[in-house]
Amino acid sequence: MNRSAIDVRGVAKRFGEVHAVDGVDLAVREGELFGLIGHNGAGKSTLFKMMLGLLTPDRGSLEVLGEPVGGARFRETRRRIAYLPENVVFYDNLSGHETLRFFAELKGADPRECQPLLVKLGLEAAAQRPVRGYSKGMRQRLGFAQALLGSPQLLFLDEPTIGLDPEGIREFYRILAELKAQGVTVLLSSHHLAEIQERVDRLALMRLGRIQALGTVQALREELRLPLRIEVSLRPETGEHLRRALAPFPDFEVRVDGARGTIVCARGRKMAVLVALTALPDTVTDIRVREPSLEDVFLGYTEH
Amino acid sequence: MDPRRLQPGQIVAIARKEFRDRLRSRWVLAVAVVLTVFALVIAYFGAAQQGAIGFKGIELTIASLVSLVIYLVPLIALILGYDAIVGERERGSLDLLLSLPLTRLELLLGKYLGLAAALAFATVAGFGLVGVALSYGIGLTGLLDYAGFILSTLLMGLAFLSLALLLSVLAASKVVASGAAIALWFLYVLIYDLMLVGILVATEGQYVGSLFPLLLLLNPADIFRILNIFSLEEVKSLYGLATVFPATLASPWLLGGAMLFWILAPLALAYVRFRKLS
Repeated sequence: MNRSAIDVRGVAKRFGEVHAVDGVDLAVREGELFGLIGHNGAGKSTLFKMMLGLLTPDRGSLEVLGEPVGGARFRETRRRIAYLPENVVFYDNLSGHETLRFFAELKGADPRECQPLLVKLGLEAAAQRPVRGYSKGMRQRLGFAQALLGSPQLLFLDEPTIGLDPEGIREFYRILAELKAQGVTVLLSSHHLAEIQERVDRLALMRLGRIQALGTVQALREELRLPLRIEVSLRPETGEHLRRALAPFPDFEVRVDGARGTIVCARGRKMAVLVALTALPDTVTDIRVREPSLEDVFLGYTEH
Repeated sequence: MDPRRLQPGQIVAIARKEFRDRLRSRWVLAVAVVLTVFALVIAYFGAAQQGAIGFKGIELTIASLVSLVIYLVPLIALILGYDAIVGERERGSLDLLLSLPLTRLELLLGKYLGLAAALAFATVAGFGLVGVALSYGIGLTGLLDYAGFILSTLLMGLAFLSLALLLSVLAASKVVASGAAIALWFLYVLIYDLMLVGILVATEGQYVGSLFPLLLLLNPADIFRILNIFSLEEVKSLYGLATVFPATLASPWLLGGAMLFWILAPLALAYVRFRKLS
């Protein structure tokens, strides 16, 4: 069992009548790439801020890299963690390079790290220009570069891919994979499920200040027993063949719409469906298996 | 090493960024130019109301400059500092800064010192240039008086900058902070004296007469005015204030101390509030 990089126990925070975070337990292991999923207002950012010692919880305890958050020695711990807030706007009059230099100085990082990081994030050409003229994606890249200064052991990334184009998003996850290979722990939040479901080790679904589910994507899928959808392409006028062939399986739900058929079944029945379908070469021309996406899991959890 | 101890390096990093930002936005240049132009115009035309133009001596020039600076510098200082903290908060960069190995006190001090440096640089450059231009005709005493004027201007600016930082900590948004800054300017620069005089007249000086000098010390703009008027013999008579402000209270050390209070107290209060806010 790995040690915990983040250990949150029974943490709650209220703003007036709103329970932003309402009793959260969460342990992120060292070296893990962990996703925190939830809609806007689910409490992700508040939880982040408490882990970083920016907000004091009403109750509960938090430990980061083995140190109590906000304790006497936490200032030293801050040197080993990095944070990219949601929607951060940097200083208009400073260039990208000056911005990084400023943060390097505050973090006690080597200023010689700045240039390679700008190159790594594709900001080399814009490095000397004022941040005022940066696009949203460029600002986000600069924010990420800032987080990488000083080789942190733990990264807190709040909605890090907002504003990035698909190429930028791919590049972002490539760098995360690189960090993971070096043993760096990453906690990132997102409300964009499809994007992160195949990229994180584990994830937690948050809703109304609580963690609704926690585990690997696979474990969540199985836990929820979401049905599989198998879509088939049919030759013209063969819909009845399909129905007849599958009639012996009353647990399959079969729908036909012109040249398209859909079979909905339990996960465990996947092979039975496929065997039945391969016996119909004159009817079925193509088969696609749709795994339930995390989106389905997410919606399944948040609807009730 | 105590991790809560103040680390000067962090303060300097914040201050340098703040100063560079103001230099880059040409704020420093703009203020310096405005002050230079006003000072030159006043040095030349300041005595026009008395029916003469041309340079009429440093004391009258300073007296005219005082009545200009008392409006201008508080406004400049308030504009300079009102968004120091609330601006970072709205940009989302405050959380980032506070997630670094940086304490709130270091951030606040760095902000103040960086902005103070920008203000000082602009003031000294603007009025200093004029001082150089005037220096051939005014002698050493005149120069010292003028240097004293620049110093007191700077102190007043620093006091209002300190107030501005307090507003920037207290205000929930930049809009609120700018409104409060303007209100504060109106209060201290336009309304306060009027109010005092009004009370004085309405009560025929019975109750507030002896309190009056102390009430003046509650306004950094008034301290600035008194500091300058009492140091200039020729000008003192132009103002009626000398009759209500006892000479015993007019010691430059006491007035300087009062000004120092106005620099330190709002800043200290700002820190106390900032430490509690999340």
